[in-house]
Amino acid sequence: MADIAMTGPRGPKPKKRFSRTNIFLYGTLIMISMYYLLPLYVMIVTSLKGMPEIRLGNVFGPPLEITYEPWVKAWSEACTGVNCDGLSRGFWNSVNILIPSVVLSIAIASVNGYALSNWKFKGSEVFFTILILGAFIPYQTMIYPIVIMLREIGLMGDLGGLVLVHSVFGMPILTLLFRNYFTSVPEELFKAARVDGAGFWRIYFQIMLPMALPIFVVAVILQVTGIWNDFLFGVIYTKPATYPMTVQLNNIVNSVQGVKEYNVNMAATLLTGLVPLVIYFLSGKLFVRGIAAGAVKG
Amino acid sequence: MKLTTKLLAATAMVSASAASAVELEVTHWWTSGGEAAAVSEFAAAWNATGNTWVDGAIAGSGGTARPIIISRILGGDPMGATQLNHGRQAEELIEAGLMLDLTDVAEAGNWADIVNPSSLLEGCTLDGKIYCVPVNIHSFQWMWLSHQAFADAGLDVPTNWDEFTASADALEAAGKVPLAMGQQGWQQNGAFGVMAVAIAGQDAWLAVNADKNADVAAGPEYAKVFEAAVAARAMAANTNVQDWNQATNMVITGEAGAQIMGDWAQGEFSVAGSVAGTDYTCLPGLGVNEILDTGGDAFYFPVNDDPEITAAQKELAALLISPEVQVSFNLAKGSLPVRGDIDMSTANDCMQKGLEILAAGNVLPSGDQNLSADTTTQIEDLMAEFWSGDMSAADAQTRYAALIASAD
Amino acid sequence: MSVVEDRSLQGAAGAKRPIRLFRNPMAKIASIPMILTAMVVFVGGTLWTVVHSFSGSKLLPRLNWVGFDQYERLWETPRWLISISNLALYGICSLILTLTIGFVLAALLDRKIRGEGVFRTIFLYPFALSFVVTGIAWQWILNPDFGLQNLVREWGWESFVFNPLNDPDTVMFGLLIAGIWQGSGLIMCIMLAGLRGIDEDIWKAARVDGIGTVKTYIRIVIPMMRPVFITSLVLIASGIIKLYDLVVAQTNGGPGISSEVPAKYVIEYMFRAQNLGQGFAASTMMLVSVVIILIPWAYLEFGKGMRIMHFLGMIALVLLTLAGFVAVVVAWSFSLSLLLPLVGFLICAGALTAYLRFVKGHIQHG
Repeated sequence: MADIAMTGPRGPKPKKRFSRTNIFLYGTLIMISMYYLLPLYVMIVTSLKGMPEIRLGNVFGPPLEITYEPWVKAWSEACTGVNCDGLSRGFWNSVNILIPSVVLSIAIASVNGYALSNWKFKGSEVFFTILILGAFIPYQTMIYPIVIMLREIGLMGDLGGLVLVHSVFGMPILTLLFRNYFTSVPEELFKAARVDGAGFWRIYFQIMLPMALPIFVVAVILQVTGIWNDFLFGVIYTKPATYPMTVQLNNIVNSVQGVKEYNVNMAATLLTGLVPLVIYFLSGKLFVRGIAAGAVKG
Repeated sequence: MKLTTKLLAATAMVSASAASAVELEVTHWWTSGGEAAAVSEFAAAWNATGNTWVDGAIAGSGGTARPIIISRILGGDPMGATQLNHGRQAEELIEAGLMLDLTDVAEAGNWADIVNPSSLLEGCTLDGKIYCVPVNIHSFQWMWLSHQAFADAGLDVPTNWDEFTASADALEAAGKVPLAMGQQGWQQNGAFGVMAVAIAGQDAWLAVNADKNADVAAGPEYAKVFEAAVAARAMAANTNVQDWNQATNMVITGEAGAQIMGDWAQGEFSVAGSVAGTDYTCLPGLGVNEILDTGGDAFYFPVNDDPEITAAQKELAALLISPEVQVSFNLAKGSLPVRGDIDMSTANDCMQKGLEILAAGNVLPSGDQNLSADTTTQIEDLMAEFWSGDMSAADAQTRYAALIASAD
Repeated sequence: MSVVEDRSLQGAAGAKRPIRLFRNPMAKIASIPMILTAMVVFVGGTLWTVVHSFSGSKLLPRLNWVGFDQYERLWETPRWLISISNLALYGICSLILTLTIGFVLAALLDRKIRGEGVFRTIFLYPFALSFVVTGIAWQWILNPDFGLQNLVREWGWESFVFNPLNDPDTVMFGLLIAGIWQGSGLIMCIMLAGLRGIDEDIWKAARVDGIGTVKTYIRIVIPMMRPVFITSLVLIASGIIKLYDLVVAQTNGGPGISSEVPAKYVIEYMFRAQNLGQGFAASTMMLVSVVIILIPWAYLEFGKGMRIMHFLGMIALVLLTLAGFVAVVVAWSFSLSLLLPLVGFLICAGALTAYLRFVKGHIQHG
C-alpha cells in the first residue's frame, strides 16, 4: 500500500453524466443539503427582518421589508454593559487569542501523535489513555483546579495562560486524530527513512508533515471553531481588556431581561461564525493538495 | 499595567493623597437595554469623580457570571467591584477574608438609618461588619392583568386572586390562556412563593422559608397552597413559552389573562407602550395582602493589596448609595431605591404603589436571604417537575416538605 | 531489524522490542507536554475533583469531610436519574446516526462529485455556529405555531402533528435533530480525510474481482478505516457526555425536567446552586461511567493477542488499584486514617504487577 500517486478523490468514478447512479447521487446530496441549509435560511431571513415582523410569527417567510439594521447593530452598536460598540470590540482580541492557540495546540498535538504512533516508549500508551479520558471531562468541573494551577505558575489573567489552557484542552482529541492518521501512513516510508539515518525531527518534517495535510485541515477546523467560539475560558482566564468577541455574543444573546432581539441575535451569530466559515471554505483546496504533496514525497 | 498601578501606588504613598485617578474594573450581569442604561448611570457618576470605570459585563447571572467572578477572586487577580445578589451567596467569600470590610464607609454615610427596609443592610452584614452596598430592590410579589383579555371575555378586571380564579373558565371559553407561565423552574417557584404568601399567609410563609419548619410545610395551610397550585397549573396548561418575557408578552397582547412575575415585568409593558391602569393592572400580593419581598442586587468589593485601589473601592461604595445616583439608577432600571429619603415622584403608577408599600413597612425578606441557593435549586427542580406533569398536590407537598426539612 | 520494530501498530506489540530509558531521547522530550498535561492537569484536576466530592464544599472548595453523603443524595434525586436515562437514549441514537450520516456523506463526496467543495461546506458549516443560536434556530423550526408543523398544515395537511419539544416523550429527539445537524459535518470531514488515505489500488483490485461498490465499502474500506472510526467515536462520545449548551438553549431541560442531562446537573449544582460537593460527586460518577465505557475500546486498542479473560482480570486489578490510589489520596487530603487505604492500595498494586508479568510471559510463550 505504498503507492499513493494519485490526486483527488479515491472512490470509484461514476461513468456517464446522467446515469441513474448520478441522478440518485446528486438527488440524495441535494435532499440532505436542504436539512443542513434550513436553519441557515431561517437565521438569514430572521436577521433581515424588523422586530415587528418577527412577532408576526412565520419563521420561514421571507422578509417583507429587508433591513440591515440588525447586522449593523450586532457589529457596532449593541450594548454590553456601558460599552455600546457591538461585536467589533472583541474581534481583534479573538484573533490574538486564536492564532497562537491554534498554532501551539496543533504543533504539540501533531508531534504527540507522531511520537505515539512511530516512536512508542514504555508508558506512552498509559499517558495516551489518560489523555483520552481527559476528553470526556466537562470543562466546567476543571475551572477551579486550573485557576489554582495558573495562579501557582503566575499566568492567571494573562493571554499566555489562556493559550496554554486551549492547548491543554485541545490536546486529547487532536493527539488522537494525529496518532490514528500517522498509524495508517504506509510503514515502508518510515522504514526507508530510518535506514537512511534520518532522526525523529527529520522524519517528522520531511515525510510525515507533508503527508498529513488532510488531517491538518481537520485539526485546524476543529481548533479554529472550538477556540473562536469559546466563551468560558476566554472570560475566566483573561481580563475585560482582552475579552474575546464571544463575550459580546453571549451578552447579546443571553441577556435575561428585556425584549429579546432575535434578529440581532441571528446576525450576531452569523457574524461570529464568519471566520470559521471562511476557513472551512479555504481549507477545501488543501484537502486535495495534501494528497499531492504526499505523492511527491512518497 | 501592573507596573503602572505599582508606580501609582508609590506616588500615592509619597503624596499621601487619595484623590488620584484609579481604574476600577466592575463585573456585573446587567446587559439588556434597560439594565445597560442603568449601569451607565453608575459608570457616568464614577467617571465624573475623575476615576475610570472599566466595564466587565457578562450576561447570565447564576450559571454564567458566578464561576467567572469566583475564579477571578480565587485566582488572586480580582476585579475592583462585583455585583452579587445580597443575602447568603457571598457569606463564604467573606468568611475566607476575600471581601473588603465597608463598615467605616457605612458608618460615615450613616447607612443604618437611610437604608429602608433595614433587612437589606442585614443581608450585607456578617458578624457586625458590613461587606456590601445594596443598590436596588426587586420584588416578586406582583400579578399583571391584561385589560384586553378580560374585556374580550366580557369580564371586569379582577381585584384579587379569588376573583381571578373564578373568571378562569370564562377566559378559557373566550380562547384565552387564563394564567401565562413561562416553563422554567425559577418562574414556577416564584409564582408558587407569591401564592404561598397570599394563601397560606405571611406567618406560615416565614415559618417555612425563614425557620425551615417542615411541619408547617407539610401542614394544612400549605396543603391549600398546593391545591391552588394544581388549579393554577390547569389555568397555565396552554402556555407554550419558556422565557418570562414571552409570557409577559402574552399578557400585553391580551392572549393571556394574567401573569405572576416580579416587578421587572414592568419594563416589558413600558417598552410595548402599555399604560398602567388603562391597558394593564398590577396587583401586589395577589390583591390579598399588599406586601413586597425585598430581593435585589448588591455590590461587593474583593480585597486588594493595593491601598490606592482600596481607597477607590470605598469611594465607589459610597457613591453607589448616594441620593442622586440612587434616583437615576433606579429610574433607569425600573427597580425601587434602597433609601426612603429620596424623591421618586417621576416613577410610574406601579412603582409608586411599590414605594407606598415599602414606606408602610409591609415587607418580607427575599428568598435569597432565607434559603440557600442549593435548597432553592432543589425546590425549583421540584416545581419544574410539578408544573409540567400531573403530580398530585399531596405528592408535591410531601417532597416539598422533605426538601425544607433538609434545608440548610 | 530493530529499526523496523520501532514502529508498532498495536500496543501489545511493544513487548517485542527492547526498551531502554535513553533510547529515542527526542521522542521522549517531545512528549513532555503531553505527559505534563495528562499527569498534572487531567490526573491532578480529576483527583482534586474526586477529593472534593467527599466534602461539603458549597461556594468555595473546602475540605470538610462528609463521607458519601453527596453520593447518597445524588442517587436519590429524581432529576439525576432522569438525566442519566436521557443521556443514554440521546447517546446511543446520536452515536449511530452521526457515524452513519458522516460516513455516507463522505462516501458520496468521494465519488468525484462536481461541486464537492460546496457540498462539503454546506455539511460542515453548522459546526461553526454557536450552540446557543443553533438551539434557538431549531427551537423555532420545531415550534408548532410558526415552524414546520404550521408550514405543513398551510400546505393542506391539516392534521399534521410535529411538536417534539413540548412533549416529554419526544423532546430528546428534538434535541437529537439539532445535535446531529451541528456535529455530523465534522465527522464527515474526518471520514473524508480517511477515505482519501485509502489506496486507489484497493478500488482497482475490488473492481477486477467484481466486488460491488457497497460491498467494497463494507468489506474492505471500513475495516481499513478503523483508526478513523475510533477517532470519530471518541469525538462523538466526548461531545455526548459534555452535552450542555444545546440543551440550555433549546429546551433548558424542559418541559419540566424531561430533557435534563448529567453535565447540566453538574454545572447547575456547582454554580447556580453553589453546592460544589454535589456537582463534583455527579461529575465523578460521569467519569467513572466513562472509564467503564472505555474498557471495550482499551481492549481493541491495546489488548490484541491477549485472552479476554486475562484482559478482564487485568482491568479489574487496574480499577481496584486506581480505587485504592484514590482512597489513599482522599484519606490523606482529609487527614483520615491512612492505614486501610494504603494497605489496600499496596496489595492491589502488587497483585497487578505480578499479574502483568504473568500475562506478558503468557503472550510470549503462547
